[in-house]
Amino acid sequence: MQYTSEDFIVSASDIHFAYRNRPIFDGLNLAIPRGKVTVIMGPSGCGKSTFLGLLGGRLAPTSGSLEFDGQPVLAKPSASLYKMRRKMGMLFQQNALLTDLNVFDNVAFPLRETTELQEPLIRIQVLTKLEMVGLRGAGDMQISELSGGMARRVALARAIVLDPLIVMYDEPFVGLDPISMGIILKLIRNLNDALNLTSIVVTHDVKEGCEIADYMYLLDRGRVSAHGTPDQMLMHEDPAIEQFMKGLSDGPVRFHYPARDYLEDLQDI
Amino acid sequence: MDLVAKLGRQGINFTIHLGSSLLFLGSALKGAAASFSRSRLIIEQLYAVGVLTMLITVVSGLFVGMVLGLQGYYQLVNFSAESNLGLIVALSLVRELGPVLSALLFAGRAGSALTAEIGLMKATEQLAAMEMMAIDPIKRIIGPRFVAGIISLPILAALFSAIGILGGYLVGHGQFGIDSGVYWHSMQSGVDLVKDVLNGVIKSIVFGFIVVWIALYEGYNSPPTSEGISRATTRTVVWSSLTVLSSDYLLTALMFGE
Repeated sequence: MQYTSEDFIVSASDIHFAYRNRPIFDGLNLAIPRGKVTVIMGPSGCGKSTFLGLLGGRLAPTSGSLEFDGQPVLAKPSASLYKMRRKMGMLFQQNALLTDLNVFDNVAFPLRETTELQEPLIRIQVLTKLEMVGLRGAGDMQISELSGGMARRVALARAIVLDPLIVMYDEPFVGLDPISMGIILKLIRNLNDALNLTSIVVTHDVKEGCEIADYMYLLDRGRVSAHGTPDQMLMHEDPAIEQFMKGLSDGPVRFHYPARDYLEDLQDI
Repeated sequence: MDLVAKLGRQGINFTIHLGSSLLFLGSALKGAAASFSRSRLIIEQLYAVGVLTMLITVVSGLFVGMVLGLQGYYQLVNFSAESNLGLIVALSLVRELGPVLSALLFAGRAGSALTAEIGLMKATEQLAAMEMMAIDPIKRIIGPRFVAGIISLPILAALFSAIGILGGYLVGHGQFGIDSGVYWHSMQSGVDLVKDVLNGVIKSIVFGFIVVWIALYEGYNSPPTSEGISRATTRTVVWSSLTVLSSDYLLTALMFGE
């Protein structure tokens, strides 16, 4: 299938990738529609976060082609890769805030490091983004003083401070209390629509993923095993997909790890 | 056969580490060159790497100088040569003990801190986040620390030697009553600016280079786990100490050999 860069900001075709001889992707094909929230789900270790690493050019695929905004992603550090990354924002699973800077300086960090903007303009940009995530009043706080939810919102403000085309969220719901979870869900949707972004959310939280997604991909064993709208995914009849989407403890993925006969094992004692 | 295989594997691993550390050094030097345009970053690191190592350097220098004063006096007095105490203390410190001991202290205090800091930045994805913000961590993080380390150690070594000489004076003059004029004059006439002082400075610059190279490399390549950072920190101290001591022998042979 041919994806056009007008409709799809990211397209991956026939991606193969292995990490320390362990195959992660074995012919991955997917495309991320512009202006939408796309959720990529799958069991732990299926390569969800690895895909974000490939898209950001931090990892290089063994073979296959990966394009962002009509340009191939080349993992070798270069001016063109850094130029491409300025169009990308990323929220890391551990927030990745710089612990020696306060909240304001963390959000201002990409502006100070990559632009020639004067300090008054930087201040306006930072306060605007902090206001969007509801933390304009927390600018002077140290990172160690923040709760998990606040830290994630600061990281989100930093991810959008360069006005990127795309924001990548790596497991944004992990370790949050219900209120913070609700705030992050609302922010992902609101920021996507208000700033005309494209959002890629990598998660294994089915409920939250379905709540926020315009489109979903389910990865398994190095490939896309299913894709569609949240409703289509929830109604999927494939037993393996149904097991994942409904969180069933037994199904094609067995509850018991393969072992020899139980009775034989007991008799050996 | 297992032993041969193990030795072979270790040899290959060592070669891989040596190669990757040389590649790292190349990019770190480029980062260091780029960081000269960001003097504020270097000054911040001079504080973290240099100023915070001053206290341990001063205290150690004082006691090493005092011990030298004691031991020197006990030996010299047997030959009625105690008037040369200042010279013995100064030469020992300026030529050897100042550069070497301050480098070992620097590896333990600043080198381990650098490794742990960079390793933790890696483990908490701060370095990856910088890359994704189109900021080169080698230029922003590694470069300024490299420069600060190389500048700091010669200053710390000079401080170590100066305080040590003062410690020797406290013992020589205060405890054993050596005339202060004699103590300082023997130093003035016996210590050569180029052969002794300058060579000591060159040694400490080389040691500073070695310690920050090892510390930054270990931090940057440490596995992103608590165990990985802990092992990397230990390796920094062990390898830095061994490399400083062995290169000291080579430098001494080159500088003072006939």
